[in-house]
Amino acid sequence: MTVKLVVNGDALESASAPDTPLLWVLRDEFGLTGTKFGCGVAVCGACTVHVDGEAMRSCQLPVGDVDGAVTTIEGLSDGETLSAVQTAWVAHQVAQCGYCQAGQQMQAASLLSDNPQPTDADISAAMNGNLCRCGTYPRIRAAIHTAAAALREG
Amino acid sequence: MGRVAKIARRTFLVGSAAVAGGVAFGVYKFVEPAPNPLNSSEGRISLNAFVIITEDGVTLVSPKAEMGQGVHTTWAALIAEELDVDWKDITVIHGPPAKAYYNSALFGMALPFKDYKVNDFQQAMREFAGNGAKLLSLQMTGGSTSMRDGFERMRLAGATAREVLKRAAGKRLGLAPDALETRDGQVIAPDGRTLSYQDVAVEAADINPPSVELRDPSTWRYLGTSLPRVDMEDKITGKAMYSIDVVLEGMKFASVRMSPRRQGMRRFDASAAKAMSGIDGVIDMGEGIAVIADNTWIAMQAVEAVDIDWEPSLYPDTTAGLMQEIEAAFDAAPNTVGRDDGTADADHPGQELLAEYSVPYLAHATMEPMNATALFTDDALSIWCGNQSPTSIQSACAQEVGFEPEQVTVTTTVMGGGFGRRGEADVAVLAARIAKKRPGVPIKLTWSREEDMRRDFYRPAAMARMRGVVNAGQPVAVDVSFAASSVILQSRARPALTPFTVEQAALSGSDPEGLSGAHDQPYQIPNYRVRGHIVPSTLPIGYWRAVGASFGGFFFDSFIDEMAHAAGRDPLAFRIDMAREEHAPSVRVLEAVGEMSNWSAARSAGRALGVGFTYSFGSPVAQVVEVVEEDGAIRIAKVWIAADVGIALDPGNIEAQLTGGCLFGLSAAVMGEVTFRDGEAEQSNFYDYDALRMGAAPAFDVQILENAPYIGGVGEIGTPPAAPALGNALFALSGKRARTLPFNQSFSFV
Repeated sequence: MTVKLVVNGDALESASAPDTPLLWVLRDEFGLTGTKFGCGVAVCGACTVHVDGEAMRSCQLPVGDVDGAVTTIEGLSDGETLSAVQTAWVAHQVAQCGYCQAGQQMQAASLLSDNPQPTDADISAAMNGNLCRCGTYPRIRAAIHTAAAALREG
Repeated sequence: MGRVAKIARRTFLVGSAAVAGGVAFGVYKFVEPAPNPLNSSEGRISLNAFVIITEDGVTLVSPKAEMGQGVHTTWAALIAEELDVDWKDITVIHGPPAKAYYNSALFGMALPFKDYKVNDFQQAMREFAGNGAKLLSLQMTGGSTSMRDGFERMRLAGATAREVLKRAAGKRLGLAPDALETRDGQVIAPDGRTLSYQDVAVEAADINPPSVELRDPSTWRYLGTSLPRVDMEDKITGKAMYSIDVVLEGMKFASVRMSPRRQGMRRFDASAAKAMSGIDGVIDMGEGIAVIADNTWIAMQAVEAVDIDWEPSLYPDTTAGLMQEIEAAFDAAPNTVGRDDGTADADHPGQELLAEYSVPYLAHATMEPMNATALFTDDALSIWCGNQSPTSIQSACAQEVGFEPEQVTVTTTVMGGGFGRRGEADVAVLAARIAKKRPGVPIKLTWSREEDMRRDFYRPAAMARMRGVVNAGQPVAVDVSFAASSVILQSRARPALTPFTVEQAALSGSDPEGLSGAHDQPYQIPNYRVRGHIVPSTLPIGYWRAVGASFGGFFFDSFIDEMAHAAGRDPLAFRIDMAREEHAPSVRVLEAVGEMSNWSAARSAGRALGVGFTYSFGSPVAQVVEVVEEDGAIRIAKVWIAADVGIALDPGNIEAQLTGGCLFGLSAAVMGEVTFRDGEAEQSNFYDYDALRMGAAPAFDVQILENAPYIGGVGEIGTPPAAPALGNALFALSGKRARTLPFNQSFSFV
């Protein structure tokens, strides 16, 4: 029995049991290791991916329940062209250890697609589920504002 | 030789036990360069242990572990500054475990000077003592030493490589090397002819490096500027390869459940786990079990499905019992006297203050849980592991499988956080133990977050008894006693993996590091004594960002704040006065943070400031925290930071480390606590061991000063002043002095 998925535009089949969290199918079966394991219980946000554009915690999402196209950090950029969020992350030199940053950027991209001009309070609310132990929050906040402005200007 | 040998002997004696046994090697070995571990091969020429020229460009070796602190970038900039290569053309790699990559700064820190008063002679001695690390091949990233270690050595590595390239090009062109210039990876002749470094690398490798002079800092192109991090783009595109991301042909996935009580198992029943699908085997690991499976998730589910009856812990099995063990250490004579100015125990006229402080155990909780990948064959072991000490991993894994260290290859990847946790070899040894049962099969071992919490080497809990005297607005005496386990002594005594026996834990010796943040503060107080009582506990403890200063800074600076208030003085002015005649750079950071925060201006009701100051790792740091009361809960609104690092090699990165280090300290101060029941840590994941999130993180304003005469540490210095600055602000807001961390036991936070 296999589960059919679309990941970053590619049609893939998973041989894992349907109750396997999407995170481990991505990482251990497909070798898409950009999506990170942090807690396993959806409290740190490191595993955040998009399902049909919506941010989801892949560590708590059984692969058999995935209902839509999956985008991971490997699919956030358009080939070699970085997305607006990634460009802003580079401009602000956000990452330190970098381990949480895939999840942070997926969450931020999802926020910006819902809310093109988020306030500081909007950013706090949307990003509160994404833990960073290096303490990069001030630069994440600044980068989200920069990315929002870039997207608005098109 | 005789005189040099005498100096060497004395250096070793003051350097204490860390280098005992090294004396027999004599002084010659110190200055003889360690062998270059990099082999030249077709299309890849190594000019020294730090510079490799390939057909594609220039690769610089940064044997310092990149755990987020930006060390690969600044280390590479030191080499590139003298080598004249374009920043965008370089590649930075970590390199293998090797003697050439010893940390020369780490041992120098153990010398008994007042670090902030170091003079040229002491600085030379510090560098000399550091050579002991070469003899022990101690390749360690820690103690905020990387830039102090590499500042001169790496510029020399770049300069000598440049000079041999020039000599090789000069031979080719028939010109004297002095007639040649270098720029962006090219040697340029006066007539405009150019040879690339690649063109002459093979001949250059055969030339003995001449002695070189380092360039004047006024000509620096990279150093002193905020460079784009070499690892940034890989980290934001998901391409960065952490050890948890290693993928090897035929790899199997494993997880472990080792004793949370740090002793063995009485019995275990794995029948339920073995019945699960996707299981490849359950392994008896002695003090726990491992499961090999088709994916990591199955392995993690299966280890939890094994029914295990654990042996009880050797240490007290509750938090209350552990704190009693700590308090009991006050009854014995102190093991360490870190400072004893004047007569602190005499009766001095004035107002006497007495206080007791305590801090809890803390977890490291790196975002990337502990993991390692191992491949065992008949005569070789390969390890992939993000780590802060590859030479320790190499020897511990060799011992585990019965190999010589040379048979063990260690690949060090970038790390998803270290904070001191990845100086331990335990996870690599476990991976090696599992891999030995499956020769030829690569095994990726990943811990669950729960395993990561219950098998940490915790920041020790600690207690302090403080006595102070103030008179007529002036500090007269401060007498401080700490009780805590010694991180340095314990980590030296215990094996890579527990169990850790009572005999091993009965440590002897002294530990000035455990008094950091208190005995080494740049204050003139007429009677100033700091003593330490080492707790002989078998509970595993370890290095945690800022180590002793993480609690010593809280105890000492909070109490200084109490003394200031008792003396009726402004807390900032009180500190400045104590530092005035002792250490000018510290005065300047205190003044700077006062100006930045507009300290003396009145705040509206429900809003207050607190100042914290700690000198640690060679750098003074002052922070002012602003707290605001919002509907009965407290928000940390803003933090101003002023730090003096001597020479700011990369201001952008230093700012990131200062704010990140402060947030790390604030998280611990607000909510960090590991408690014990039945000998096991009660916290298991981020829902019960959390840190500040985006919504609670303050805004920051940072100023970096360069008045100190020597380069100071950066990665840890933002952490120690955070807790006292917050506590002092909470006192200013509420009139309530909380002397026990975390503060959420005494205050509600948003």
